[in-house]
Amino acid sequence: MAVIESIIQHYNHWIMIFLMVSGLYIVVNRGNMVKKLVGLSLFQTSVYLIYITPGKILGGTPPILDDAFTVYSNPLPHVLILTAIVVGVATLALGLALVVRINEAYGSIEEDELFANGEDGT
Amino acid sequence: MNSQLPALQIVLPLLGAVLCAVLRKGNLAWGVALVTSLAMPVISGLMLQDVLASGPISYAMGGWAPPFGIEYRVDAASGFLLLLISLIGAVIMPYARLSIAAEIAEQDVPWFYTMYLLCLAGLLGIAITGDAFNAFVFLEISSLSTYAMIAMGKDRRALLASYQYLIMGTIGATFFVAGVGLLYSMTGSLNFVDVADRLAEVGTSRPILAALGLITVGMSLKLALFPLHVWLPNAYAFAPSVATAFLAATATKVAVYLMLRFMFSIFGVSTTLANLPIGEIFVTLALAAMFGASIVAIFQENVKRMLAYSSVAQIGYITLGIGIANQAGLTGGIVHLFNHAIMKAALFMVLGAVVYRIGSVKIDALAGIGRRMPITMGAFVIAGLSIIGTPGTAGFISKWYLAVGAFEKGWWWLVFLLVTSSLLSVIYIGRVIEVTWFRPLSKEGEKASETPLSMLIPTLILVAATIYFGIDTSLTAGIASKAADALLAGLR
Amino acid sequence: MKLDLILRVATKLLCPFILLFALYVQFHGDYGPGGGFQAGVIAAAMVILYAITYGLEPAKRAVPPAIAQAMIPLGVLIFAGTGVATMLLGDNFLAYNALDHHSPVHGQHLGILLVELGVLVTVAGTMVAVFYAFAGRGR
Repeated sequence: MAVIESIIQHYNHWIMIFLMVSGLYIVVNRGNMVKKLVGLSLFQTSVYLIYITPGKILGGTPPILDDAFTVYSNPLPHVLILTAIVVGVATLALGLALVVRINEAYGSIEEDELFANGEDGT
Repeated sequence: MNSQLPALQIVLPLLGAVLCAVLRKGNLAWGVALVTSLAMPVISGLMLQDVLASGPISYAMGGWAPPFGIEYRVDAASGFLLLLISLIGAVIMPYARLSIAAEIAEQDVPWFYTMYLLCLAGLLGIAITGDAFNAFVFLEISSLSTYAMIAMGKDRRALLASYQYLIMGTIGATFFVAGVGLLYSMTGSLNFVDVADRLAEVGTSRPILAALGLITVGMSLKLALFPLHVWLPNAYAFAPSVATAFLAATATKVAVYLMLRFMFSIFGVSTTLANLPIGEIFVTLALAAMFGASIVAIFQENVKRMLAYSSVAQIGYITLGIGIANQAGLTGGIVHLFNHAIMKAALFMVLGAVVYRIGSVKIDALAGIGRRMPITMGAFVIAGLSIIGTPGTAGFISKWYLAVGAFEKGWWWLVFLLVTSSLLSVIYIGRVIEVTWFRPLSKEGEKASETPLSMLIPTLILVAATIYFGIDTSLTAGIASKAADALLAGLR
Repeated sequence: MKLDLILRVATKLLCPFILLFALYVQFHGDYGPGGGFQAGVIAAAMVILYAITYGLEPAKRAVPPAIAQAMIPLGVLIFAGTGVATMLLGDNFLAYNALDHHSPVHGQHLGILLVELGVLVTVAGTMVAVFYAFAGRGR
């Protein structure tokens, strides 16, 4: 019973872990470069939750000082994650731009086809 | 004005990058990049002098006092790294103009310098910041600009290499930021010093260890620790020569620094090494890198790729120092960080000169060119000897400290393995020397002649530095030993 | 491009209000949720909406790509320029208090306003430039 309770109490962590692992799985397992980037985004998003979910305090108000309130939510995680989202968007845009260029140069974005003809270096 | 130096160190290259993007003329952009890059070592030199004379510098960004605001903090370790990055950046810039003009399409040249300066700002930022999340942001600034620089390579495989690096690098950075997130939720702070203080109160719990693991794995990806190095050889082989030389010398080193900072200063030696077998893992992986990557390097046809594998092996020596984790070993790791940066930059710059003259770095194309470009290839020989670790060169010093560290731990077998792995580098460096000097001239080699002075002199400066730091070690080993002391003592 | 009257008229009607909303988010950022980043994205969304309904070429006539690209460094210049100004006034980088001698609160207001303006310009420029770069490929 205690185990189930602790699982339910930490449900946000389970969601995080599920998203993180599925994102990583897509990155590793998919050969399509666009799908890989989708997985990468999912992976990054799961980390945003690590910051956002502990930032919410039940019953807390927005952190604007007022005599009527004593419990405030922490605003810092949101600011941090806004920054991280920007970074994620930039990464995704750059990754997609690379995929477009790769498609123009090779005519394919499937890794199996690209690496089949000895393109991995040598 | 002296008190503003930490901000200037980051703001100047950032402004320079913006200026390059506004100017959109190759030569003007180069001029801006040159001026900014030359100003960097002056700033970091002044700061390091301050630090050595009167202790760490703390700078409150935006006037918000730490731990609430973002703090820029320069101590012996970060000051040393700042000086290294800015010196390499300054030496490469005069070299860059001809090489970049030859290797990159004309309309892309100003963008290359923009990316270069952004990357410089990002790397310096990681070294200077005292805030964990800020370190992540700078890490991504430098990484994103690096991906763009690699993709500018002439070969279409540069695109694939850049994509591969983007995926791996982002996974690494995300691991890192996940670790920082756990740390933040456990301690409620992001400031390095403050986190270290509060960790002492929190003690060692599972989330803390998870954070340590996530950060270590994330940084191992960025620094190309052996099984996580697969992005590196292609990225270095197909990037423009200037980018390769700069990245090989700085990018992985900064990741090493950040990992050291977290493992030793923030979590503390006792937490890191007592609770997780990180020391043993690092020594094992370092040995795998020193042997595995060196053996792979021997069989490369593309000399740039060969040196990239050699980089993986040399990073093995640096992580070996971390794994040994006593004063001499850590000093060896940090000195090697500096020495390897100098000699690898020199080697890649020689190859950049070869590309400039004959347009290829295939080993067959290099046959006999030593007689056509004797000074350049002579530089390769000296820097190569330093990679091997010949006494009298910088490479020897770091291996010496590593060996001393291993002896102090009673790991005499490690000393034996150190020497054996050096023999492997004799083979791959020796192969290039044999081909370039003693084979008949190749077809491509016909058009080779001595490198232009603007490219030759920066290369020779770095080669001279490898010899100088092999003889006078007061600067490198002296500061590295201080940095090792500071890291081992922690921030508390 | 197929003519779709409702879409075209609706887009034309919406565009000024989207921009207005972007500016509201921008300037209300001092007192409530909002700020340069959100405002920049909303403003860029207007251009993208226009391009989706009217086609890429009319959008490029309205907001030339050169302007979008120039906005990216310009915004960073505004941001960094504010920081340099505070340094020249003798305080730390981006320490807005220095911007007004009489009242640090006014200094903070002015500083935030300038910095958010820089963010608005860069974000809007980046979003539009990224859209143009992707939309213009493969034609």
